[in-house]
Amino acid sequence: MSNKKMIALYVLPALLLILAIVYIPIVLTAFYGLHEWNGIGAMTFIGLGHYKTLMQDKAFWSSAGHSCLLAIFSVLSLILYLIVAMVLAARIKGANLFRKIYLIPMLLSSVAIAQLWLRVYHPTNGILNSLLVSIGIDNPPAWLAEPSIVLYALFIPILWQYAGFYILIYYAALKNIPSSLEEAAKIDGANALQIAWKIKLPLVMEVVKVTIVLAAVGSLKYFDLIFVMTDGGPNGASEVMASYMYHEAFRAYDFGYGSAISFFLLVICLLVTWVIRKLTAAKDTIQYS
Amino acid sequence: MTIGDAGRLQNNSMPAARPEIGRKFGYALLYVVLVAVAVLQLLPLVWLLFFSLKNNQEVFDQPALSPPLNPHWENYAKVWNAGNIGVYFLNSVWITVVATVITVLLGSLVTFALTRMKWKGRAFVLGLFMVAMMIPVHSTLIPLFSMFSELGLTDRPLSLILSYVAFNMPITIMILLGFYYALPREVEEAAIIDGCSVNRMFFRIILPMTASVLATTTIINLIYNWNEFIFVNTFISSDTNKTLTVGVQNFVGQYTTDWGAIGATLMISILPILVAYLFLSDRIVEGIAAGSVKG
Repeated sequence: MSNKKMIALYVLPALLLILAIVYIPIVLTAFYGLHEWNGIGAMTFIGLGHYKTLMQDKAFWSSAGHSCLLAIFSVLSLILYLIVAMVLAARIKGANLFRKIYLIPMLLSSVAIAQLWLRVYHPTNGILNSLLVSIGIDNPPAWLAEPSIVLYALFIPILWQYAGFYILIYYAALKNIPSSLEEAAKIDGANALQIAWKIKLPLVMEVVKVTIVLAAVGSLKYFDLIFVMTDGGPNGASEVMASYMYHEAFRAYDFGYGSAISFFLLVICLLVTWVIRKLTAAKDTIQYS
Repeated sequence: MTIGDAGRLQNNSMPAARPEIGRKFGYALLYVVLVAVAVLQLLPLVWLLFFSLKNNQEVFDQPALSPPLNPHWENYAKVWNAGNIGVYFLNSVWITVVATVITVLLGSLVTFALTRMKWKGRAFVLGLFMVAMMIPVHSTLIPLFSMFSELGLTDRPLSLILSYVAFNMPITIMILLGFYYALPREVEEAAIIDGCSVNRMFFRIILPMTASVLATTTIINLIYNWNEFIFVNTFISSDTNKTLTVGVQNFVGQYTTDWGAIGATLMISILPILVAYLFLSDRIVEGIAAGSVKG
């Protein structure tokens, strides 16, 4: 067999698959987005018509606002995760067990987590309101039915699900720092806070940047728990971009408009990745060892 | 600490200067924080286990976190026998396994070609796989749905397997790449000199040598495929082809008021992962860490 055939044999199966299932659909999404189409009948070319509608679609921008809010919460919560990881990495006995426990929610399916948290938030029998009543709060809210709080109530299980993931990443990065650096700083009289802020943080900054991108993009395209728990309701109060797209395409059968939304979502995700990379790349990064 | 070594004495002078009790208090405080986080992570699951073993009366009357004193194991028997949970479970198992095997095998072939063969467009192909990781699944959903409809693949498990393999391929290749780069070339060179064919070398020498990273990628793939929801929810319509995630979603809907049955259903769906985690936690942790940081 010639070398070329050999290489094709090794590369083509996976390459063709990823082209067919990932890249061609992306091109098609862009194409569908320029058409009026209900998914079955004929397509009518309307140019940028859907994007003009999108710009003025209040429901979409409200969902985009919710997605951005989730992104902000997710990125801010990274600070907490980093602190927990620093505590874990500070020669704590049982650190390994702790990080394994923290990771458990991340391993479970979003549907199971969503169904579980639906019960957690259950107005009368849920564990949350039971506990609140038992400590004397008489009229705890129906968390998922209240338009003003539903979004925040949904953020909790989302953060709960991913906390262990980010703690694990930070912990691994912190463990990679040579202990000689910390010892040298101690000799020079640095306290634990100074060591964390001045020595450890700069050294894990690269990883922090990656997690910022992961958290931001992951939030912007977030879908699962919200779709199962509230389906965007009540009355759009918890709709996010991905769920809005899904509803337009697979409930309203407006595949053209749905495609325009999902192409817009793709562009936003790639753009945000690029912008965060640019912003964080401007700062100096330190590489020891 | 022993006195006598001047360097060591100086080393430890800082902590020793602080009162011992303060340090212990500091450590205790750290533990309180860590344990609190652990409790937060586990509490909902413990509660789930408890109410999966209660009947409705116990759920309503007892305090939320009281353990089930006379566990109602029949909740589990009831949901397993009543609906299609058994069917969903088997679908999840075989679809997950088939997709995982294909992903890891094709991923290994590509990674081998990317790291061990010289060819034009290598960097470009690697780039294609890596960029695919940034693409949101939802942006491909509508075209995939219409493509699969045209090909008659909607409501067929094949549509799921193709999607799972393609979307998990980038992360699989990324984890494998690090390992392949570190793999010594001497063995291969020796094999080539001995007249070993490339295929033989790959299957007889390379694959066995990468066993540990294969295990890691396999586990990651199994978890992702087992938990996948949106493709099943979009492509599969008939009950006989649904997997556990979507099955559970529909099933729970029928039992809106039977807490024990809902709890048992959810427990059945997460138990395989929890059991696997109990035995393979180091590999799982390692795989998740490897699949995220190296980007």
